[in-house]
Amino acid sequence: MSIAAVIDISLLVFLGLTAFAILKLRALFAVVMLSSVFSLVSAALLVHLDAVDVAFTEAAVGAGISTVLMLATLALTSRREKAPTRSQALPLIVVFLTGLALVYGTLDMPRFGDPQAPIQVHVAPKYIADTQSEIGIPNIVTAVLASYRGFDTLGEVTVIFTAGIGVLLLLAGFIREPEGLRVQTMDHHLVLRVVTKMLIGPIMLFALYVQFHGDFGPGGGFQAGLIFASAFIIYALVFGLENARKAVPGRAVRLLVACGVLLYGGVGFVSFLFGKNYLNYSVLGVDQVAGQHLGILLVEFGVGLTVAAVMVSTFYAFAGQNQPISDEDW
Amino acid sequence: MTALVTDAVSWAFLASGSFLVVVGALGLIRMPDFYTRLHAAGITDTLGADLILMGLMVQAGFSLVTVKLLLIGAFLFFTSPTSTHAIANAALTAGLNPRIADGAGAGTDSAAPEGDGK
Repeated sequence: MSIAAVIDISLLVFLGLTAFAILKLRALFAVVMLSSVFSLVSAALLVHLDAVDVAFTEAAVGAGISTVLMLATLALTSRREKAPTRSQALPLIVVFLTGLALVYGTLDMPRFGDPQAPIQVHVAPKYIADTQSEIGIPNIVTAVLASYRGFDTLGEVTVIFTAGIGVLLLLAGFIREPEGLRVQTMDHHLVLRVVTKMLIGPIMLFALYVQFHGDFGPGGGFQAGLIFASAFIIYALVFGLENARKAVPGRAVRLLVACGVLLYGGVGFVSFLFGKNYLNYSVLGVDQVAGQHLGILLVEFGVGLTVAAVMVSTFYAFAGQNQPISDEDW
Repeated sequence: MTALVTDAVSWAFLASGSFLVVVGALGLIRMPDFYTRLHAAGITDTLGADLILMGLMVQAGFSLVTVKLLLIGAFLFFTSPTSTHAIANAALTAGLNPRIADGAGAGTDSAAPEGDGK
């Protein structure tokens, strides 16, 4: 067995064990941390499968932001899962049958890594062959994501936008704007405050690097937006929500949520006005490659803006609900 | 000759780093209460990880990879002790007392580190 197979299998075993532990545990705090571990291990698995862009996103979303959001949710609810009151036989049968059907479905799928699989011979050869001449950027993933498959990505950004709006609508009635807001600030945590101050600058710089280096290496708007949001979230966690709202008001963030999608869609309309198809960036520059470069840059910036703003406003919405933590709740 | 020296130095770093990671993992399982476990876990992600990174840096030589490893190392060097400090601080604020040798403290001997309390 090759060493690659050993790594793959041991990572998969870890994933299985983590998933099982998540199922069995009733302490929700541990479940949240374990789901973060699950994401990190699957990110490692994706790196090993050479899908670094996806791994990057998985690490940033699963292991990073979603853990924070789930912890913020946990602070509002109970820390233990209730024991099931009804019989678990029926759900077990349903899950077992569904799993069986899924396994049966995989029998028709091409073998793992098969070069003749439909996904390898359909459009992928064209993307690989033409990216250098048509788009002119080294990272083919970004070329596919932002240009060839620009519509799909527009759809994804709209999904994030809609989800963010949904969360805000659900929680909006309860958001207590600054006055009367009592979130525990960590004024007495000197070490945390000093280290946070040191880190926020580099985190934002790294986010900008990921944002604008996405054409050349792993990265892009989704990952950069998450990293950028995490800088704000860590500030809010350590210095308190009131101070974070002073630095970046909730209104401004909610405005930016829409701005990113508008920028993405607007770029599409500009190419409309030049008489080409929607989201055909070739007309934006003096020649095709320059146009594609500019288009991808703007579109990725729109993605980053929306993702970061949705994450920050979701965090604001959740954290704004928190009562100050009393001692017996700990 | 230089290759031999580089390999020897980097292997020394890697081996000592790995040793500390194993020690940390062992301590995490074997230590009696939360704070001693945290102490063991702290070894893993501060010195253990940094030593392994140093070994990798020696292997990479003067290249962009080394710069990236250096940045990761610096990040870990500041964040890992801070997170250990934050966890210990939170536990103390929550009223979890360290276990004293003669059993006088209200330690949690059966405590699994995965948030047993509530």
